[in-house]
Amino acid sequence: MSSAAEVVSASETLAVEATGIRKSFGAGETRVLALHEFDTTIRRGRITGLVGPDGAGKTTFLRMIAGLLLPEAGELSVLGVDATRDPERLRGRVGYMPQRFGLYEDLTVAENLDLYADLHGLPIDEREARYAELMEFTGLDAFRSRLAGRLSGGMKQKLGLACTLVHPPELLLLDEPSVGVDPVSRRELWQIVVRLSGGGMTVVWSTAYQDEAERCSEVIVLYEGQRLAEGRPADLIDPVRGRAFGLPVSPADRRRAARRAKSIPGILDAVVQGRTVRILLAEGVSPPDPSELLPGADDLPEHFTPALPRFEDAFVALLREREESDGSARESIDPEHGEPSKEGDEARAEAGMAPAGGTTRSDVIEIRHLTRVFGDFRAVDDVTFSVARGEIFGLLGPNGAGKSTTFRMLCGLLPPTSGEARVLGIDLRRSAPRARARIGYMSQKFSLYGVLNVRQNLRFFGGAYGLMGAHREARIDWALDAFELRELAGRTSEDLPLGYKQRLALAAALLHEPEILFLDEPTSGVAPLTRREFWDRINALAESGVTVLVTTHFLDEAEYCDRVGIIYRGHLIALGSPDELKDRYRRPGEPDPTLDDTFVALIEAHQREHPE
Amino acid sequence: MWWMQIQVLVVKELLAVWKDPRSRFVLIGPPIIQLLVFGYAATYDLQDIPIAFYIEDSGGETRDLIARFEGSPIFRTTARLERESDIARVIDSREASLVVHVGPDFSRDLHVARPATLQLVVDGRNSNTAMILTGYAAAIVREFNIDWLHDHGQRLPPASLVVRSWFNPNLQSRWFIVPGIVALLTLVVTLVVTALSVARERELGTFDQLLVTPLRPIQILIGKSLAPLLIGIVEGSVIVFFAVFWFGVPYLGSLVLLYSSLIFFLLAIIGVGLMISSLVRTQQQAILGAFLFLVPAIILSGFATPIRNMSEIVQWITYVNPMRYFLVIVRGLFLQGMPAELVARQLWPLALIAMASIGMARWLFKNRTT
Repeated sequence: MSSAAEVVSASETLAVEATGIRKSFGAGETRVLALHEFDTTIRRGRITGLVGPDGAGKTTFLRMIAGLLLPEAGELSVLGVDATRDPERLRGRVGYMPQRFGLYEDLTVAENLDLYADLHGLPIDEREARYAELMEFTGLDAFRSRLAGRLSGGMKQKLGLACTLVHPPELLLLDEPSVGVDPVSRRELWQIVVRLSGGGMTVVWSTAYQDEAERCSEVIVLYEGQRLAEGRPADLIDPVRGRAFGLPVSPADRRRAARRAKSIPGILDAVVQGRTVRILLAEGVSPPDPSELLPGADDLPEHFTPALPRFEDAFVALLREREESDGSARESIDPEHGEPSKEGDEARAEAGMAPAGGTTRSDVIEIRHLTRVFGDFRAVDDVTFSVARGEIFGLLGPNGAGKSTTFRMLCGLLPPTSGEARVLGIDLRRSAPRARARIGYMSQKFSLYGVLNVRQNLRFFGGAYGLMGAHREARIDWALDAFELRELAGRTSEDLPLGYKQRLALAAALLHEPEILFLDEPTSGVAPLTRREFWDRINALAESGVTVLVTTHFLDEAEYCDRVGIIYRGHLIALGSPDELKDRYRRPGEPDPTLDDTFVALIEAHQREHPE
Repeated sequence: MWWMQIQVLVVKELLAVWKDPRSRFVLIGPPIIQLLVFGYAATYDLQDIPIAFYIEDSGGETRDLIARFEGSPIFRTTARLERESDIARVIDSREASLVVHVGPDFSRDLHVARPATLQLVVDGRNSNTAMILTGYAAAIVREFNIDWLHDHGQRLPPASLVVRSWFNPNLQSRWFIVPGIVALLTLVVTLVVTALSVARERELGTFDQLLVTPLRPIQILIGKSLAPLLIGIVEGSVIVFFAVFWFGVPYLGSLVLLYSSLIFFLLAIIGVGLMISSLVRTQQQAILGAFLFLVPAIILSGFATPIRNMSEIVQWITYVNPMRYFLVIVRGLFLQGMPAELVARQLWPLALIAMASIGMARWLFKNRTT
């Protein structure tokens, strides 16, 4: 029992206090524990990051704080109010911006504001001053009479935020505000939130992006409905300090090097980052000799260079430790069976693919002056690039920039207005189905048939790609084994955990042994380890000669690519390897820019040259 | 391989419809509800109609006449009125749907061989019921007249009418309605299933995944038509089975004719369903679109009201309604055992409509998916 004085002081410094929270959804076999045994506190006047992959319980917790959802068990105090007893008393004090904020797309910016002012009962005479403040805040002043539906993703989020702030709340809850937003708008949103917090507002910002977590004053890491860690980002990174290293490797070898590194005991994580292989060591382990990664290579540096630890390293380390402690290697790659170090056709055989046939460095995707116009809107404007066999090529850009339109044209789903697109030498305007038979496609959303079970999905896609009889069954067997789905073969796909859904989607895309793999935002919202597992598979495929074209707005993910093209407002504004792009923005003031910095600089330069 | 790809698509469609609780309900719910509603509740036959009498005459003839009304199973006496003003009251309050008013001079007039008048006051709020009621009442009075003439040794009227109803001798309205349900239900179920098929995939994001396979639009179209065609045939068969073995409606025609007409009817609907599905983005819009078609299609089909009674312009519109033709065929085949040449007269316009509708669907589908 705490004394009365303590309670008062706690409610003065703490905005949220949660103990033993539990909440589940669904019933019977499909029952999902969204949160269990969840304890945390959120301090007043800070920006607290709620970090975790999709399905970790972030939205559930935010909705509970907002008083929109009641926990099944546990205590939750919000701004000194018992949120489990009288959530009504929180109305007006807590502002909540859901992932898809309810903007009325057919109303203008000003009309949307009016609507939310009416809903919050803001007196008419106070409105003008408040609007002016909000418009200045969000930089939307010039767009007051524009329809909300015609704003860019970033501006929509800012308008959503303005509407939430019409009546300033004490506690502001933002549910993944930066998803699908371009890096420039993302930074602007962040600055707005920093200003709000400076004014004394408590902000909770939920995100699946690890780099955003680093900027928050405090972070709560959520994983599978439980708190994995909590504290200041710097404190959380502390344990992995001195454990991250990089090794520059030639482009041809880095994927192999990263794969080998993973099988070395004591290395928790190894990823390709631009021209280096970045590793994370277990506690108390010293970096291996570079030759262990690439035996026989002659141009290797003598030592690993220390790298700056990141929040993601901390997250990965926590997850690895957790796996070890409960012995469940569910999301990890088994080093023995997962990705043995085999090369070329051997790796291809491992991935269950036929040999690539010839190692010509021919361009398998060629795009020249590709343009697509919808009405008076140029969704893709004079885009030219090509992708070589076995290359991993990334298309980067915010939502609505023209990535998807380009993708759809490459799949032959959308005829170009002008320009040329060839895939494997086939003109897509003439015989798209012939080209599609040699392409595998996996989309951002889990887009297999949710009501069908795993095997039925594989059967359908095998058949649709023209696999018949025994061959089809053999490929399905391969997929069930290679993706460890056999035990789940009879499970309805929509009930699978996110990571398994993703495996199934990739398995379905690979059944017909495609030469090109199109990945449309394949890993948004998945946990870091699942993302790594996914990329291990993709790397193995690329090594075996499969060409991979991937769209993403995860800049970390872009680092895995051989080359990236940045698309903004329909234009290809930059093209090159991640390091080449970074080199262009390496300045005395910024000796080591991240890809995110580069992206922002590129977009700002483009905006200066082509004002809207 | 071309057909094998379509085959996997059909299997997938059938599984998707069957495993999705909502679309499974569309297959099972409407048939049960509509069979119950139309088979038991919807009938044009009247029974147990409340009747009141306002009698100012005390002659034996009056008593005889009233007894004939009271003896009929159709009527149930609810009131005997004392004042003329009560007539309005019992009609207003629905205490009686029909009031028989016998004036004070009724018996006397009969005896002096003058025309004796009888007043019937009918509740005309439901014009259909009112007409049928007056028909029943007129029949009772006619019988009374004939018997009276006979008993009094007078000459019977020179011509008398003997009515025999072909195909439905007892004029049971269930015999008329239930075959209509075969058309109605297959229409509703097939249209909704088809309209939902592409819309569901669009909503869930699987449609893109389908389009990036090497399947050609024409294969997708065939697969998406065959699945509802199978569903419609099974649905139709089940309802025919219930019509014959549960409701006891005689089926006299040829099954080959029934199924060939059913296939053309289904193709016409599937075309419409696919057009709706190509145009909409969500399942909700698909359902709305389906109902936008269903309501006029049912009203303008002759299912409930005869097409002949519609205004001429509306009658022209009914010529493009596939349900119009199939309804004639299915009713004809059930009760009348309609011969092939008569079926053919309805079948060729139905086939034309089916081809046009599938053709338009193909065009729209191609234009909306590429």
